[in-house]
Amino acid sequence: MYRYDTYDQTLVTERAAQFRDQVKRRIAGELTEEEFRPLRLMNGLYLQLHAYMLRVAVPYGLLSSEQMRKLAHIARRYDRGYGHFTTRQNIQYNWPKLEEVPDILDELADVEMHAIQTSGNCIRNVTADQFAGVAPDEIEDPRPYAEIVRQWSTLHPEFSYLPRKFKFALTGSPIDRAAVRFHDIGLIMKRGTNGSTGQIGFTVLVGGGLGRTPFVGKTIREFLPKKDLLSYMTAIMRVYNMLGRRDNMFKARIKIQVHETGAEKFTEMVEEEWSHLKDDPAYEVPEAEIERIAAFFRPPAYETLQPTVPDFEEKRLADPQFASWAARNVSEHKVPGYGIVTISLKPVGGIPGDATADQMDVMADLADRYSLGELRVTHEQNLVLADVKKSDLFDLWQDLNRAELGTPNIGLASDIICCPGLDYCAIANARSIPIAQQISRRLGDLKLQHNIGDLRIKMSGCINACGHHHVGNIGVLGVDRKGEEYYQITLGGDASEDAAIGKIVGPAFSKDTVVDAVATVVNTYLGVREDGETFIQTYRRIGAKPFKERLYDAD
Amino acid sequence: MTLIKNGEIVTDPWVRLDDDDAPLPEDRPAFITVKRWQRDREALAGRTAPLGIVLDSNEPPSLIADDLARFEAVALRFPKFNDGRAFSYACLLRDRYGFKGEVRAVGHILRDQLLFLQRAGVDAMEVAAPDARAKADWRKALAEISVYYQSTHDGRTSVFRLRHQA
Repeated sequence: MYRYDTYDQTLVTERAAQFRDQVKRRIAGELTEEEFRPLRLMNGLYLQLHAYMLRVAVPYGLLSSEQMRKLAHIARRYDRGYGHFTTRQNIQYNWPKLEEVPDILDELADVEMHAIQTSGNCIRNVTADQFAGVAPDEIEDPRPYAEIVRQWSTLHPEFSYLPRKFKFALTGSPIDRAAVRFHDIGLIMKRGTNGSTGQIGFTVLVGGGLGRTPFVGKTIREFLPKKDLLSYMTAIMRVYNMLGRRDNMFKARIKIQVHETGAEKFTEMVEEEWSHLKDDPAYEVPEAEIERIAAFFRPPAYETLQPTVPDFEEKRLADPQFASWAARNVSEHKVPGYGIVTISLKPVGGIPGDATADQMDVMADLADRYSLGELRVTHEQNLVLADVKKSDLFDLWQDLNRAELGTPNIGLASDIICCPGLDYCAIANARSIPIAQQISRRLGDLKLQHNIGDLRIKMSGCINACGHHHVGNIGVLGVDRKGEEYYQITLGGDASEDAAIGKIVGPAFSKDTVVDAVATVVNTYLGVREDGETFIQTYRRIGAKPFKERLYDAD
Repeated sequence: MTLIKNGEIVTDPWVRLDDDDAPLPEDRPAFITVKRWQRDREALAGRTAPLGIVLDSNEPPSLIADDLARFEAVALRFPKFNDGRAFSYACLLRDRYGFKGEVRAVGHILRDQLLFLQRAGVDAMEVAAPDARAKADWRKALAEISVYYQSTHDGRTSVFRLRHQA
């Protein structure tokens, strides 16, 4: 993984010192809350319902075991012994004290981490495919470019006071595990026109997003050569910074600009701006620098192993629980004899994405023991050990079970994405965590879940859609109706390369009936699915009508 | 107001005329609005004292790009500190249009933005009248961060390049 040099280290150290001073000025009353707000936000510090919340950046989700231990330490020392992994592949602490935040930032800087631009109207922490570098379907590892974008966007003088927040996601694979089509800018690596010998570049998507007005990103350039990455990103950002709406924060995201301008016209504007920038060496990352950064992501020295590991196969046959974990939580690795393990942070009935400090320490140890000392956070709020030998899987599984981290539910009904909701969040309309927990319990029987198969349930406590409900196969959205919590159900959303935005199925449900309603949707699917059909495939075949009938006809 | 130019407090020789019908001093450098420039362009042809123009946050430099040679200074007005359009305007003035005169930030700006302003190409900033403490603070604000990942034509070399120099 990428390691800081003295430049990177100096920046985070200086930034932490700068923020310490800003906090001091705030506490002394020299800064008003309004003036302090954008400063603290650009350092990841929110004011929530009950306390400050600190969001720590995990660039493209990648963590060393040492960093994970530091996160555990921070949870213990400065918070209440746990942290919450987010859909931006970051971690949030819900109870830090303002006066201690500078100390936390110093501790983070000690392990090459920070909270820069995890909030605010600036370019946020960059996300990427959690299987980058190990997925067999990948064209090229996108992480060197994610790191270049991270550095380039850090304290960007021109783009730190944008109309609204701005999110990048990258993938190097045609299989989209990073929801790149739902980001302000999505970059998909692809090979150019000369087939397998062609150079690799990016397809550029702009204007995707969730929130109150969801859009699938529009392709504004089919192929962008790598050397043009930063000049083209600058062109997009500049067009947005100058013309994005500032009169109404609900219409300020680039997706609205792209929608209102029209993708074609918007593309023209970007291309026009780019024509002035593309040959300017100021925007070109030197070849030697790309190589320097790429070197950090070169494949490790894998052992030469047989693709089939008899011991692993025997254990699977002998232990059905292990078999179901291996079926759901282990993905194919590009190197024979290895597997990619996704650790579920979704125990049945638990809080999605939460991990205790002890669990973080355990996962750090397991990363050292089994997976070359690295971990990744997924946008679905789970963690990944990317390089586990198949011969180690059984031992790893047992170790995970001892820490209550062995839930075999990746991609299943209880693997729910959920925002913090009204239990923490100042802008939520409804509680989301307790509903997600109830749904998880309701559908959580392992046999039932495995029978249901692939199903993405995503839940947000308000229209801002932090829980990605628009792209849940089943989405649940909390709304406030005259002071009472209600829940809308959407069907048919999909965050993958088959991107789709879910449609509202009908009137909202009360908090006492929404869990039944979700179960009814699932039962409807179970009743009508054809052989081997997943929920989303069935929905695409039969549409919303049968679900609607089952949900509302009884009334 | 106090003017910081190139990091130092200087006396401000300019007047800023927000009222388009206010008399224009013949012997002093003066900023006028875009509207006045468009209205009085011909009448101003004979003026010898320096002329400057104020761009509001919804007035991009492309509006006056062809006339830039006529101006010794461009002021970028921040209606509110978080309206960041002028950061792009400053970059455009310097990079696209090669403007060599003064680029001044006026309006609601925060000390914490001074470095970004400077990096974007702003060389003069109007700030609330300072005490000795504030002066020290501005210097500090301009020096708090010493690492730059972007090339912005402000003369500083980006880290991407520094790493590969000698």
